[in-house]
Amino acid sequence: MTAVTLADAPKLALRHRLAERGIDRTLLLILPGVIAIAALFCYPFVYGLGLSFQPAKGGVFGAYSAFFSDSFSEGTIWKTFGLAIPASLINVGLSVPISYRMRKDFRGKRLLLTLLVVPITLGTVLTAEGILEYFGPVGWFNQTLQKLGLISAGHPVTLINDYWGVLFSLIISGFPFAFLLTHSYLSGIHPALEKAASTLGAGWWQRFRFITFPLLLPGLLTTFCLTFVLGFSVFPSAIMVGDPDGRTHVISIEAYEQALQNFNYPQGCADAMIMTALMLAVIGLVMGVRRFFYAGSTGGKG
Amino acid sequence: MTAVDAPQTTRFNELRLNGISRAYGAHTALHPLDLTVRGGEFIALLGPSGCGKTTALNSIAGLLPLTAGSIELDGRRIDTLPPEKRGFGMVFQNYALFPHLSVRRNVAFGLRMRKVSKAETARRVDAVLDLVRLTDHAHKLPGQLSGGQQQRVAIARAIVLEPPLVLMDEPLSNLDAALRLDMRAEIRRIHQEFGLTTLYVTHDQEEALSLADRLVVLNAGHVAQIGTAPELYESPRSAYVAAFMGYRNILSLRAESVGADVATVVGEGFRLAGAVSGPVTSGSAVQVAIRPDDLKIAADGADVAFEAVAEIVEYHGREFQVDALTGAGTRVHLRTPERVAPGDRLSLTVDPRRALVFPDGGAA
Repeated sequence: MTAVTLADAPKLALRHRLAERGIDRTLLLILPGVIAIAALFCYPFVYGLGLSFQPAKGGVFGAYSAFFSDSFSEGTIWKTFGLAIPASLINVGLSVPISYRMRKDFRGKRLLLTLLVVPITLGTVLTAEGILEYFGPVGWFNQTLQKLGLISAGHPVTLINDYWGVLFSLIISGFPFAFLLTHSYLSGIHPALEKAASTLGAGWWQRFRFITFPLLLPGLLTTFCLTFVLGFSVFPSAIMVGDPDGRTHVISIEAYEQALQNFNYPQGCADAMIMTALMLAVIGLVMGVRRFFYAGSTGGKG
Repeated sequence: MTAVDAPQTTRFNELRLNGISRAYGAHTALHPLDLTVRGGEFIALLGPSGCGKTTALNSIAGLLPLTAGSIELDGRRIDTLPPEKRGFGMVFQNYALFPHLSVRRNVAFGLRMRKVSKAETARRVDAVLDLVRLTDHAHKLPGQLSGGQQQRVAIARAIVLEPPLVLMDEPLSNLDAALRLDMRAEIRRIHQEFGLTTLYVTHDQEEALSLADRLVVLNAGHVAQIGTAPELYESPRSAYVAAFMGYRNILSLRAESVGADVATVVGEGFRLAGAVSGPVTSGSAVQVAIRPDDLKIAADGADVAFEAVAEIVEYHGREFQVDALTGAGTRVHLRTPERVAPGDRLSLTVDPRRALVFPDGGAA
């Protein structure tokens, strides 16, 4: 140990004060990340935002008023919500009972986990191909229904090139994320809590309703936000298995067509900004709701 | 005490454990355990970690299914019931308080599950919070409480239901030494005030001796001995139990001659008389258990059992704690009021009634 002389004192104190505020050399580790975000996200975003205020006609807000005055383009908002909200609710809703059961050990748990998570590795295009084949007019799905006599030959159920195909696609690609997140949130809740509840007379439903669910809820809201964002920005599957000129003409298709088919960049940028604002609004709302719930430690010790 | 409104515990006459056991695959965590608990008794399950005591507690609570055996409460079989139907209170080692509920709602949880009326719930929760002295903290979340306070919430939550039996799983092991003593007294006080039948798991013999009416000492899933605190303390049945009851010196020696009560045992440098405490035969290997307090420095002319050189001397105020080494390298522990310095050569003796002679390996 070296003696601290009077001359050293102020210098040490400054370094100490900085360290107290979390400023030291390890802070440099976040530099690459900051550069990447600035170059690949902040700059394009600000550039696009600026571009959206420079339409060929209509003044500064021309592109925005053009979007909202055209009922077809404005309608993309509700079409997108119509896909993203149900898909996220279904993904989160399915994740809860499955991950609840997956907490216990059972034979084949690993295999089931793998099967549930594998769709992450499938690209959207592959998933779309599969949906097209399986749910198509002569796909296995319609053939099975026919064999069972539920539908008559020549009148297949229309699922592809429609709303349902895109919804399926969003569930297939979004569920693994929702499941993995829910699974990890759930395993963060100490199992002794449910045991304690059961010794206090709570049956399985009461244990879930009063203990596990309230502790899981903040995590579920976060999970909802994630799958919502995935669903709201749906693009390839809306084109491949959907009805891109009608029922699944979602906001990202609208932006794409404006920018790269009509070569109206300001309009495309404005559409993208509206899309971003809507997503942020939903996330803000959900996170606002989340604040009302207990979101602290769930490690059992309280 | 201020137990004006202390709820009357649901009494029972006896809880009978008939050969309950629990196996995980090929590993038997708990060998058949027979025990009859009378209403109002405080019983401690004592043993080192991994001896099966927590397994026993969880099986009784219904959190673990039994592999064999049955549990009867006043003749009614209850081991087939799920934990929520047994109605036993349980205090967990990590307290397992519901982190999102206030202290009051944690304590009220069980009453709420039993659909007790609001007024009745409020009255009983108030009474119990008063008993554990947490009235001022009722609105706080568990995370805002200290360890000792959390522990009291866990106890309050378990006893507010007036359960016939309270199960406690090492409830003091997460507390610091001073708080542990306070809480031990608190648990004793609550037990006396409520007349709660309690099954208490611990690895701490002092805790078990000071709290329990009867102790069950477990060794690797087997019952080593069941008895009252004085019974176990004065006459342990095996060297294993003796080691747990503060007989720190367990010497492996040989019986030279065995009488009705007294045996003469010898070993490298040892020659002493001890009380026969099991089936010991002449010439057989034995284990001799002696408390540190009972090893005395021999007065001139007295019989010397063995000699040892003091190695470590700790000052404990009224007396010295000495670790000494015999010529053959056996380490012995003793407590003495005489001043001893490291390196001193000690001639030691022991009262024959205070040296317990057990058969080697028998029932250990």
